[in-house]
Amino acid sequence: MKEEQNYQEDLTHIRDIMERSSRFLSLSGLSGVMAGVYALVGAVMAFLILNQRQELPQWKRMHPNDPFIAQQLILVGVGILVAAIGTGFYLSRRRARKMGVKFMSATGMRLVINLLIPLGTGGLFVLMITYQGYYGLAAPLMLIFYGLSLLNASKYTLPDIRSLGLAEVVLGLINTAFIGYGLYFWAVGFGVLHIIYGIAMYQKYER
Amino acid sequence: MKSIIDKLNKAFENRVRLGIMSALMANDEVDFNQLKDLLGVTDGNLASHLKALEEKKFIETRKQFIGRKPNTRYRATLDGRQAFQSHLEALEALLKGQ
Repeated sequence: MKEEQNYQEDLTHIRDIMERSSRFLSLSGLSGVMAGVYALVGAVMAFLILNQRQELPQWKRMHPNDPFIAQQLILVGVGILVAAIGTGFYLSRRRARKMGVKFMSATGMRLVINLLIPLGTGGLFVLMITYQGYYGLAAPLMLIFYGLSLLNASKYTLPDIRSLGLAEVVLGLINTAFIGYGLYFWAVGFGVLHIIYGIAMYQKYER
Repeated sequence: MKSIIDKLNKAFENRVRLGIMSALMANDEVDFNQLKDLLGVTDGNLASHLKALEEKKFIETRKQFIGRKPNTRYRATLDGRQAFQSHLEALEALLKGQ
């Protein structure tokens, strides 16, 4: 009987080491919630910026073919990105400490690199096409690139990230059929989905 | 039952060795310090188990320098992977056979 218990413990030990050595597990669900909140605040700011020009008819206001407005929107976007990454970094580090593991481990670095390669590509691509005036494509492309980046990163962290990535891609593709409503899709993808997933992951892993 | 127990590999009876092999199965290459953090063992303890696995040709080492610091990286050999896989299967068979 004692031996059988040992075998079970051996198997549990093997699984635990395999998982801990290959995935970054201290990703904090709360950071997802906070990223979602920042995104919703940003979306409201973007809405106000776009509606500054009351002289335009409603349908035209969502197309910011004005470099000054585009600049303001990019500033808001970069602001959200910095706040979300900063908070995610801080909360995940705190969680790693609580779990008693190193934060800047090889698995953490691998996650960051595999997230940033597709995400950086997407970010530069979106900046370049908006610079050329394709504003309507900005939101769907951000959603699609972000979703694919998460899909790629999900191999190196909590596997739940994979379905979040798929949801973002689907949302981006639907948005491509409704150009001009990008802000709403963006708010759902980066705001609502982050909050839902963040809460679900918090419930699942951190309580 | 007896025959399955014979299939368990003596080389993997120790928890530290089991841990080393698990980490090397899940990753291409792992360095000494990563293994130390992962398993929570002392330098000397880890080194002796690594040496034992290396002598059995289950793992191989690659030494390099990062800046001026020596860095030793480990990977599982094909033999090591196969041996560990059979050990795992034997463990699972034993638990199923209860």
